[in-house]
Amino acid sequence: MNGTASENLVYLDHAATTPMRESAIAAMMPFLAGEYANPSGSHRFARRARQAVDEARDMVADVVGCSPGEIVFTGSGTEGDNTAIRGVVERTGGRAVCSAAEHHAVLHCVEHVGGHVLGTDAWGSIDLDRLAACLEDAPDSGPDSIGVVSVMAVNNETGSVTDLDAVSRVVRRRAPRAVLHTDAVQAACWLDLRDQWPRVDALALSAHKFGGPKGVGILAIRAGSPIAPFVLGGGQERDRRSGTHNVAGIVATAVALHDTDRERAHEAIRVAELRETLIAGLSQVGDVHRTIPADRSVPGVAHVCFAGIENEALLYLLDEQGVCASAASACASGAMEPSHVLAAMGVERSLAHGALRLSLGHTTTEADVDSAITAVVSAVSHLRQAAGR
Amino acid sequence: MKILVAMSGGVDSSVAAALLKEDGHDVVGVTLRLWGGESDSGCCSVSDVDDARRVAQQLGIDHLVFNFSDDFQRSVVDPYVHDHARGVTPNPCIECNRHLKFDRLFERADVLGFDAVATGHHARVEFIEGVWRLLRGHDGAKDQSYVVHVLDQRRLARCLFPVGTMTKAEVRRHAERLGLRTAHKPDSQDVCFITSSGGRADFLRRRIELHPAEVVDQNGQALGEVESVELVTLGQRRGVAGGGGTKRFVVDVDVASRRVVVGDESELLVDHEIGADPVWTDGEFEGDVLVQCSAHGEPRQGRVSRSSHAGTDRVVVAWDRPQRRVSPGQSLVFYDPIGDWVIGGATVTSSDRRSTS
Repeated sequence: MNGTASENLVYLDHAATTPMRESAIAAMMPFLAGEYANPSGSHRFARRARQAVDEARDMVADVVGCSPGEIVFTGSGTEGDNTAIRGVVERTGGRAVCSAAEHHAVLHCVEHVGGHVLGTDAWGSIDLDRLAACLEDAPDSGPDSIGVVSVMAVNNETGSVTDLDAVSRVVRRRAPRAVLHTDAVQAACWLDLRDQWPRVDALALSAHKFGGPKGVGILAIRAGSPIAPFVLGGGQERDRRSGTHNVAGIVATAVALHDTDRERAHEAIRVAELRETLIAGLSQVGDVHRTIPADRSVPGVAHVCFAGIENEALLYLLDEQGVCASAASACASGAMEPSHVLAAMGVERSLAHGALRLSLGHTTTEADVDSAITAVVSAVSHLRQAAGR
Repeated sequence: MKILVAMSGGVDSSVAAALLKEDGHDVVGVTLRLWGGESDSGCCSVSDVDDARRVAQQLGIDHLVFNFSDDFQRSVVDPYVHDHARGVTPNPCIECNRHLKFDRLFERADVLGFDAVATGHHARVEFIEGVWRLLRGHDGAKDQSYVVHVLDQRRLARCLFPVGTMTKAEVRRHAERLGLRTAHKPDSQDVCFITSSGGRADFLRRRIELHPAEVVDQNGQALGEVESVELVTLGQRRGVAGGGGTKRFVVDVDVASRRVVVGDESELLVDHEIGADPVWTDGEFEGDVLVQCSAHGEPRQGRVSRSSHAGTDRVVVAWDRPQRRVSPGQSLVFYDPIGDWVIGGATVTSSDRRSTS
């Protein structure tokens, strides 16, 4: 653990957020203190801030594999998704398309603009046959043409990796004018973004998922893509996203992404091993269903379903043991919602009630995994015993 | 004790949690997410959850949210709609207590290792001569023993109503002293899943077909029409045809043939009621009781006994003197005539009625 307030906690919720990297914290501090200028200003003090943002943009572009001019700093991953989807719909008048297993940041946008929500395969990736049929059926222009297809790179609940290359081939062939957007928020820690970027026109990231601060997002937009700005105002980010730059956040984001990229290959192997140890340990309890096989999942996510238990109760017992875990997404009230991802994949509702996501990250240790195994096995055994009496 | 407090976001459950904390218990608050649709306090009642969470934070206790919306739909909303479709007027609050608060929540509390479950109901539980007694709350105007009558010995032994010994004014004063944000929150009214703007009619119309019906008198003479027979309740006076100064009451609702019969009050009088699915706080009982037929109704004197009718799970309540019929679907709650504790209850059935002759 990185010290701080997390003593005694076994933190296995890195897909929700991961601790900030020390390097990122160090990088942002000067801009929270003395270097407070607004980079849009015209004095020397402002120029220093401007330079920091420009350098950050270069660093980010290098990791994504795009040109600096294609990077737009936003306020969150959700804002990036909103901008890409609603921006294209506004600009082109075409329809939006996504799968039913997308993050709500995409799904709710597509529903909001009256788009097509398609089914998935057994791993939660968009069904390519249905996608092809949907694009084929649409006209080349007019309100029923396809404006934007949004396909997540990695599913936030299950860790399932989408074959973006296959998606891209379908989209380019059947709807060559459509913008292909990917929510890559869960991909940054595990996949080389330089491999993903050539397949898409827009790519959204969220800083706090890779050791940057909360409240900063990145949207890479391929030059010339028809995307209207979502936030209007002073014209920052080349008129693509207004609002005073979050200089400290942007600087820290760039450092975090750079360090993540540098360590990725090594980390992916280390964390994949921990994840396999974890899943093997959990399997002791019996009747455990691994949602996504290792070769289809990012290393950081262990998603399993325990037959015969309710994850609301499981999470409480784990919380009592200091284990921070997650199940599906929560609604505004804080109540756990039945997972729309598992529903889209066709997982039985009763089994989905026993879903648990343990997500690992750059601070996860073998000791964390051992503690989690002990806590989960004991809690699941207890709940099953209680249900059986 | 380790106690799970059901916190609705209202002042009563806020103070219930506060009192238990003050008594030194290990307290965890939980708000149940029951209804996912539209409500007067916003979608999923988020503002109520916010209130409960802020009060819990202020008290320094953990706060959880359990999503029981599937069970709520199945055990409360679906039956509510289905009952209306067959001309029965159910009490969803009692069914919610029965199936959600005192069944599902207790079960969850058991599994998670809690010793007891507490709520903010105005009722009392006391251990008297070897028996757990469910008694009326001290504030007569706020007494809720009627809606929690579904508790049995097993549950009563582990159920706490911390504000049952207080008046509502005392509860609010206590909340004020602690500076709780719920101190002046108005009491909740009506059914939580029905909005005041749309009402019951709107809610039902979106789920079942509502049918117009003719209104006739006892002799079959047509008097007019009502828009929706499913919304008419036995004993109702408002909205049914009839003028000329005579007070007319609905004395029969026949959904199948879409007919509402009105008559004068005497037509409503019966000498008994039949209750289905009786529940008992301390085992089956036969004898003299006081019977309450609505949340704040005046108790009536009667005698409860096992039914001689076919089907075992029935009781007969014979009135000491003729009483107005109780609408099918409503709960009859039996109180000890002297001790004023709850003996049990049953749900009025729609079949097997005979009026006095």
